[in-house]
Amino acid sequence: MRAGAKLVPFGGFEMPVQYSSILREHDAVRHRAGLFDLSHMGQFWLTGDTVAGWADTLTTNAVGTMKPMQARYNLFCNPDGGTLDDTIFYRLEKRWLLVVNASNADKMWQHLDANRPESGVELENQHGKWSLVAIQGPRSFAMLQPHVDVNLEELKYYFCTEGHVDGVPATIARTGYTGEDGFELFLSSNDAPRIWSALLETHRSEGLEPCGLGARDVLRLEAGMPLYGHELTEDITPVQAGLSWAVKSVKPEFRGKEALERQIHSDGYSRIVGLVMSGRVPAREGYTVWHEGRLVGSIRSGSIAPSVDNKNIATALVEKAAATEGTRLEVEIRGTKHEATVVPLPFYKRAK
Amino acid sequence: MAQPEDLLYSKEHEWVRLDGENATIGITDYAQESLGDIVYVELPKVGTAIEQFGNVGVIESVKAVSDLFTPMSGTVVEINTTLDGDPAAVNRESYGAGWLFKLKLSDPDEAKSLLDAAAYEKITAG
Repeated sequence: MRAGAKLVPFGGFEMPVQYSSILREHDAVRHRAGLFDLSHMGQFWLTGDTVAGWADTLTTNAVGTMKPMQARYNLFCNPDGGTLDDTIFYRLEKRWLLVVNASNADKMWQHLDANRPESGVELENQHGKWSLVAIQGPRSFAMLQPHVDVNLEELKYYFCTEGHVDGVPATIARTGYTGEDGFELFLSSNDAPRIWSALLETHRSEGLEPCGLGARDVLRLEAGMPLYGHELTEDITPVQAGLSWAVKSVKPEFRGKEALERQIHSDGYSRIVGLVMSGRVPAREGYTVWHEGRLVGSIRSGSIAPSVDNKNIATALVEKAAATEGTRLEVEIRGTKHEATVVPLPFYKRAK
Repeated sequence: MAQPEDLLYSKEHEWVRLDGENATIGITDYAQESLGDIVYVELPKVGTAIEQFGNVGVIESVKAVSDLFTPMSGTVVEINTTLDGDPAAVNRESYGAGWLFKLKLSDPDEAKSLLDAAAYEKITAG
């Protein structure tokens, strides 16, 4: 056997892939709650009167129509429509918070800086200075409420508020990447370790588990959420990834608009689909996908899925002709073809 | 943790239980702990002749595919079919119910090239 380490370098940070066991951590988030250290993600502060109008020229989704304290998923594209990053904008009281992927933080900072207008937009890179702690799962609401000075019942999904966690200033958002109810806490890196420990020590006996990137990847895949570098890349557009809802053609102009609109109208593009494997062999990134003897694409992400009857699920980028729901495909694994079926995304949706 | 004293070990973290001309093979507790949750095990077919230190299958955890090597040469006489439905047995009982395959040894002397429990313990301590 060749053994792997459990801490991995990621975006310049040493990140935990797992604390106890990926499956145990996954179970905690689906049935109780999990605590995630996401401090590796890039946090940029955008300040100024013209931030929204400017950001709208660089992103596919709408920034200008966001309400105060609203959060919104958004994508940055290159002129060809390829995805530079998928992000979340938070409209705070005095500034905008933009959260970018760790792997793209340097690229995105340069992208914003290079496209910064002469005046009216101030950019501050808080990568490393501000931390992100997420608490996710059906019990996250009850666990977090006693620690904060805001009424979490009034905090709607994809909104945020300014408050305190155990006396520490924080932006508290009802967002996440797991498919469960949950909260994300943006706080100074000086305070984050103390808040992390306090939440964990107080609620561990109620089932709160520290969770790593391994569990997060399984949770997001089940919930049908893209991961940059897999379902989205500089060669995979938001349209191909099934994110046309976040491409706003009503905006007069934005980077990549022409290419994306052309792609939507042409309809002949390869696209991301969900696959469920018939057998026990897991599909992994890079495996080839076949339809009636023809190579039609490749796997982008794959995992065993505890919330999908323990089946092996995957996403694949495949030709349009092979992308219809119910189509039987084959995934080549170590020289043998294994049956898979195209299914709608997401694989898992929590009961409301 | 202490390794069972009655087994031999390879540097690739397999264990061998010798029984005359036959041997049972599995992976060590250190190996299962390092891999994490095991979700799929692909073993050589019964009747296959395999060579010492050759790649004979795979063990897959949630995150990774790892090659499985055989610590000794021989013909596969039995594989642990219960792992099809319960691969996590390798995590729970790596030295017991989580065994992988049994060999009729072609060269029992190969055992001399393997490690005893104390020597194996040293390579996992670092």
